[in-house]
Amino acid sequence: MGHTVTLTVNGTSYTREIEPTLLLVELLRETLSLTGTHVGCDTSQCGACTVLVDGRATKACTMLAVQADGATVITVEGLAKNSEMHPIQRAFAKEHALQCGFCTPGLMITAVDFLERNASPSDAEIRHAIEGNLCRCTGYHNIVNAIRSASAEMRQTAGVRPKVAAEVNR
Amino acid sequence: MITHPFTYQAPSTLEEAVEELGRSGDSKVIAGGHSLLPLMKLGLAQPEALIDLRRIASLRAIRTESDGTIVIGALTTHRDIAHDPIVRAKLPALAEAAGAVGDLQVRARGTIGGSIAHADPAADEPAPALAYDATIRAVGPKGRRDIRASDYFKGTFETALADDEIIAEVRFPAPAGRSGSAYEKFAHPASGFAITGVAALVTLKADGGIERAAIGVTGAAAAAYRATAAEKALAGTNGDAKAIAAAAAKASDGIAALSDLAASSDYRKHLVTVFAKRAILRAVTRARA
Amino acid sequence: MTATANPTYIGARVARKEDPRLITGEGTFTDDVMLQGMAYLTLVRSPHAHARIRRIDTAAAKKEPGVVAVLTGTDLEATGMLPVFITVPSMNGSKHMPIATDKARYAGDAVAAVVADSRDAAKRAADLIAVDYEPLAVVVDASKALEPGAPIVHEELGSNLVFTYPVKGGDVDKAFKDAEVKVSQRIVNQRLIPNAMEPRAVAAKFEAGELTLWSSTQIPHFVQLIVALNLGLGQNKVRVIAPEVGGGFGSKLQVYAEELLVGHLAKTLGRPVKWTEERREGYLATIHGRDHVSDVELAAKKDGTILGLRVRTVANVGAYLQAFAPGIPTILHVFIVPGPYRIPAFDYEMRGAYTNTTPVDAYRGAGRPEAAFLIERIMDRLADEIAMDPAEVRRKNFISKDAFPFNTISGITYDSGDYAPALDRALAMADYKGFEKRRAEAKARGNYRGIGISSYVEICGLAPSKANAALGVGWGGYESARIRVHATGAVQVFTGTSPHGQGHETSWAQIAADALGVSPDDIEVRHGDTFESPGMGVGTFGSRSLAVGGIAVHKAAEKVREKVVQIGAHLLEASPADVVVEGGKVFVKGVPEKAKNFGDISMAAYLANNLPDGMEPGLEATVYYDPPNFTFPFGTHIAEVEIDGETGAVQIVRYSACDDCGRQINPMIVEGQLHGGITQGIGQALYEAAVYDNEGQLLSGSMMEYHVPSAEDVPAFALDNTVTLTNTNPLGVKGIGEAGTIGSTPAAANAVIDALSPLGIKHIDMPLTSEKIWRAIRAAGEGRR
Repeated sequence: MGHTVTLTVNGTSYTREIEPTLLLVELLRETLSLTGTHVGCDTSQCGACTVLVDGRATKACTMLAVQADGATVITVEGLAKNSEMHPIQRAFAKEHALQCGFCTPGLMITAVDFLERNASPSDAEIRHAIEGNLCRCTGYHNIVNAIRSASAEMRQTAGVRPKVAAEVNR
Repeated sequence: MITHPFTYQAPSTLEEAVEELGRSGDSKVIAGGHSLLPLMKLGLAQPEALIDLRRIASLRAIRTESDGTIVIGALTTHRDIAHDPIVRAKLPALAEAAGAVGDLQVRARGTIGGSIAHADPAADEPAPALAYDATIRAVGPKGRRDIRASDYFKGTFETALADDEIIAEVRFPAPAGRSGSAYEKFAHPASGFAITGVAALVTLKADGGIERAAIGVTGAAAAAYRATAAEKALAGTNGDAKAIAAAAAKASDGIAALSDLAASSDYRKHLVTVFAKRAILRAVTRARA
Repeated sequence: MTATANPTYIGARVARKEDPRLITGEGTFTDDVMLQGMAYLTLVRSPHAHARIRRIDTAAAKKEPGVVAVLTGTDLEATGMLPVFITVPSMNGSKHMPIATDKARYAGDAVAAVVADSRDAAKRAADLIAVDYEPLAVVVDASKALEPGAPIVHEELGSNLVFTYPVKGGDVDKAFKDAEVKVSQRIVNQRLIPNAMEPRAVAAKFEAGELTLWSSTQIPHFVQLIVALNLGLGQNKVRVIAPEVGGGFGSKLQVYAEELLVGHLAKTLGRPVKWTEERREGYLATIHGRDHVSDVELAAKKDGTILGLRVRTVANVGAYLQAFAPGIPTILHVFIVPGPYRIPAFDYEMRGAYTNTTPVDAYRGAGRPEAAFLIERIMDRLADEIAMDPAEVRRKNFISKDAFPFNTISGITYDSGDYAPALDRALAMADYKGFEKRRAEAKARGNYRGIGISSYVEICGLAPSKANAALGVGWGGYESARIRVHATGAVQVFTGTSPHGQGHETSWAQIAADALGVSPDDIEVRHGDTFESPGMGVGTFGSRSLAVGGIAVHKAAEKVREKVVQIGAHLLEASPADVVVEGGKVFVKGVPEKAKNFGDISMAAYLANNLPDGMEPGLEATVYYDPPNFTFPFGTHIAEVEIDGETGAVQIVRYSACDDCGRQINPMIVEGQLHGGITQGIGQALYEAAVYDNEGQLLSGSMMEYHVPSAEDVPAFALDNTVTLTNTNPLGVKGIGEAGTIGSTPAAANAVIDALSPLGIKHIDMPLTSEKIWRAIRAAGEGRR
């Protein structure tokens, strides 16, 4: 039985007829061709599929697409605004926080949710925040540096730059 | 990928949800989905119908009743519980347990109702539910029913909840008197679930000694349990480190401990005693603060 | 003047050219390839580790809606066998078909294939295939596999012995006879699962007689070659593209069954086909790493001088030999076992065994971590035995810096080295002198604190074609590069290497930029497409890309530069010897104001009406570079751990490393390689293990059980380096891709054992999980009572 869902992804509203079995990550990747969100495991462990759903970092492999009816979703493709990169994107590049880049979108999304609620985190807090995002390349050292570096920039521009992970209660 | 087909509905009231649940023999209620969907993806759960509670806004709230009872709606996420100022002040072991669930993303969507309904033996929140003597309020076709946490957890994925009932809220009586509580966890290194999680609540006498203790343990056995031998051993003592250690040593008495690649049953039983000690120590420190 | 004499970009922290697309989600990984009319492949895999296939009933599956084809091994023999690229002496090779026909030899061995319109339909149909298995006795343990009466994995071979590989030097029997001290230890180097974050994926389309195949691979050219040969296509009709590849670590250094199957199916079904691995499937069907059990004996004098080393190892190769598997426990392991030490007598016998487990092949470090672990562990055992500081035992036995090039007792030649400064710097970074105070403080907290040293040498630049041939490697070890300067001055570098996170687009641009006197921003590096490449590329593995492929780029750039100089001299009416190429300008030395732009030169090369007499038009060069030797990076890593006295849980509280990989092209990338490598090595020491039960079922079958380190499991790393150039290549570069993994495992393990040494504990097998440590502490306590 098909369901009609309408959701806003990166500012664009989409209405699609879908089966209940479809996962949100499958909707994003295969129906909407937003392939920047990746699938790295099948047990909700790796975090590569993390997107913001109503302002919260969510493993898109652990949510049905029908559950996202009415939701506001931000994926890695929606982090930059008017071709200006988000501070977390710039920081990941500047600090060499990515190598193969497969886990990177999920990590940046988790970091945005975290930093918009915790403006001045300690390194230990950063490490705790990203424990649900596995990276096999970087050893996390430069990812922690990047998130710390982004937090500094985000503090400076807080209030000017609208939140990406603004929570929505539906 | 989920290959087994199912129907999906998201009713807007709890009554409708209960009605839908009664309609099909093989329906499942879904909230955050962080217990159910992983099983469905692996083909380990194959319900014919899913009833999503997400539209029932009344289930997503934390409130304090006039008698001080803190009521947590079933749809409240671990993240919201962990950050709630009332929960942090009055039920720190619950705030800590909710903050220790899975990872940031799991806490963002996973709910207390889902966790309690699913009753994974390694879930965190059953431990504080037991220690605080919480009540699970379920709603079914015959109306609502309150189940004490100590009567609720029956075994691995087994509870006192009937198939046609839905958890509406979890009700935590405010700890009385001079009390303190804490949650300590030894997480599975890969999955993040509790190999051992201990929530301890202690109430002090006027002289600072221990009047009573309530200790909930998760992760160690097929179901979360109250460590009654340790509670009895602790009550009436002066609450010093030695008394705490002696009581904590009984926290795994009599259990059939789980065993897996990450921890054998011997090791789990040992960890229960260590984390019981740590939880009690912090609870006592908080009570005395 | 050569470009490297005064480099501008070589050695600089140039921002990665790869990043903009990867941080915006614009990169295309193989599973992102979506083609019109695409069908999806799913494989049915044996649940049994060893079972005869009696009958496969596909009738029900064929009726499932959306199913395009259901095929078994006999339908798919046209794909040919999976290749093995290395042959060592006395090797018993295995027949390895993409789909098993006679029996399944490990849990995960593919037995049938389904192609359908959607992934879901393919999965549903796969569930309907009924396979009648006759379960057979299973052997999981490699040593048991070599015992008489063990179940035989490949009956036609008569036994499970894959090879016996002995390497000897000096008189070991005499060394042990003369020894004042002998230490011995059984050392297990456990099986690991590589866990590249991107699961494998293959997609293909067949149009107008040409097969285009996308694969998440480290070796697109080998895939092209084997697909062409096996499927009967001209190599010019097979285009293999390795797009963005999400990590490899050796696990994508194969020609896998799925690559042959997807190529074959796209060709025969007439529509595009894609296969994407699920993670749990990958745990079974993508190669594993390590899995050695070694008996190690060391003979020494009381003053710590090593006299001889004897090792007997059995390596578990799994159910089939994979592409490079015969070379990993042999060529890449045995020769480097002496490490940085002068060892006068050496006797190593390596045996390989088939078992009913997932095949084992190269995993980051591939043979060298196993070598470093066994020598560094036995060095600590020696230090403990003679009550000598582990740092001093190492220093005493180091090959001295004036001994290079050094011929090792195992028969290879180290190019260059200076081991003591790296040790000294690491000791200083780690505040080694202050450690005992920290140990005492931890003890007061009820904890155990330890410090562990690992000094390593590794083999990089897997290379010289003649050496490869002598060792049994069935392909050359060169690498190719082409540099094309377009008329406008736009520069393209085409490389045969195939990066998957290593940043070649940046480093190769830096190398070419210095030679061509332009900015790396003006250079585009293209890779991973066999139709764009210079011709044959070898690929990215074994820390070879820079020392082989990077040098090919350098040489091609030097050739182009030479032509730029010639044309510039002609246009400026000067002698080529006086022409400077710098900052995008070409000018006569001392007269920068009368410069030609780089673009003027390239335009002249293509206008071709004012070139020096006899010069060909155009501005490009192709180089196949085959180096004269391997390179041998080295370093010292030091880990400091604190163990919770009550739970046995280990925390790495401090990590210091000083590595020497020769000249660094981009220190930022070097550090990144080390951080990731160290974390993987710590993973082996403390967390990771592929565990089978006796029936050959993988118990650590998903990321729920297998502990891939998270950010909370590792510390920040303090890194330093020394620079000892190699004469093997003109840039003096060595390689850094695997050093972190090689150095870190023994450092972390030695630190844990050091922490527990006051209890009399001498060794615990990896991974050093909290439960194992708790048990060891408890046993030691009980022993004392």
